[in-house]
Amino acid sequence: MKAPPFAYVRAATLADVFRLWAEAGPDAKLMAGGQTLLASLAFRLSDPGTVIDISRVAELFGTAQAGGAVRVGALTTHAELGAHELVRRHVPLLAEAVPLIAHPAIRNRGTIGGSLAFADPAAELPACCVALEATIVARSLGGERRIAAAQFFTGLYATALAERELIARIEFPVAKAGERATILELARRSGDYAMAGIVARAQVSGGVLADPRLVFFGVGDGPVLAGSAAAAISGKPATAQAIAAAQAALEADLDPPEDQHGSPQMKRQLARVLLARALHRLARPQEARAA
Amino acid sequence: MSTHIAGMGVDVSLTVNGERVTRRVEARRHLIDFLRLDLGLMGLHTGCEHGVCGACTVRVDGRIVRGCLVLAAALDGATVETIEGVSDSGEIRDLQEAFIARNACQCGFCTPAMLIAAADLLAAKPQPTRAEIREHLAGNYCRCTGYHAIVDAVEATARRRNGGAP
Repeated sequence: MKAPPFAYVRAATLADVFRLWAEAGPDAKLMAGGQTLLASLAFRLSDPGTVIDISRVAELFGTAQAGGAVRVGALTTHAELGAHELVRRHVPLLAEAVPLIAHPAIRNRGTIGGSLAFADPAAELPACCVALEATIVARSLGGERRIAAAQFFTGLYATALAERELIARIEFPVAKAGERATILELARRSGDYAMAGIVARAQVSGGVLADPRLVFFGVGDGPVLAGSAAAAISGKPATAQAIAAAQAALEADLDPPEDQHGSPQMKRQLARVLLARALHRLARPQEARAA
Repeated sequence: MSTHIAGMGVDVSLTVNGERVTRRVEARRHLIDFLRLDLGLMGLHTGCEHGVCGACTVRVDGRIVRGCLVLAAALDGATVETIEGVSDSGEIRDLQEAFIARNACQCGFCTPAMLIAAADLLAAKPQPTRAEIREHLAGNYCRCTGYHAIVDAVEATARRRNGGAP
């Protein structure tokens, strides 16, 4: 279907964005890569009146290392994120996640800021941010605000962003020695939204998983931190017995809604399978992982 | 810098297949309608119009994108290459010949975008495995071939470009 009519304005600077946003009124939508917005306009799920194109706002670009973090500008495309040397070296989970996000043509245009702001419950990057304990740096006319990823996603397509506040950048802690993280998902077609997915992160030493952080996606109204399953595997090697205990504990962490992919029972089953695979993968000797 | 011409269209100037094009477009006009309806370039197709089928795959500034998920209004200054452009330049002639030889196009609806996506893979990865070919083309639907012949054609092109037998 064709999008409803709307006005289009383009901002070159953040000052432009806030001025145009104030002029356009509360229904206006920001467009970064447009990969979600334009699809939702085509479905007429959205009728924004005005689209404010922020894709050329210089302040929202750039990836750099600052202290113990890698800062990623909100307008970084998925393709750029996965290819960036700092990301590959210091936050390798993100490079592992990028090939799972949609298809190449969409990864060339979709942005990390857009993905986080839209907060699709089946999206990969929100779950990665929660697992990696990233900080989302929001910007409004009043200045900057730092929001921990675990507090950023507040519900179905809902975030902690206030009115006329946008994501400026995301800060990812540099991976520590011995830290491992992995992402797995199950989708009907490669690149489609996941039926269920997991991001798992832990300190691994001699096959023992310490400080595990397990985040599921596609099984709730946002990224779901599985605290009971993590507690069950914490300090243990990924033996069949320990994994079975984590799978049993996972039941209390999840309350998956039925969706177009299947029933809550099916989602729980997929989550259990993903949990086992992810824990095996984390605990595997490093040489085998590199192969 | 900002343009604010609500309801009156947006002026854009861009390069399409090497030619400078200046038009006033409705804000909601996506790139594929712009190419097909405003410029008469009918090679790429409007399929699902929400980013799933891949039939509108086109190059913007050297990278493949979904034409239905890009506003023409946002492309001021951009360089766009369509199937007409990459056909005329001869850039993908061998790939097109392989598609014909392997019967990789049947109804032809997905073919132009499939060629652009396949050319993108071969440029980045000259010797892809069959799994990599399938992965790269996973965003392009074909309802006729079952994909096998398409993967054959891309693989054969890679082999030939690397000096092997087709």
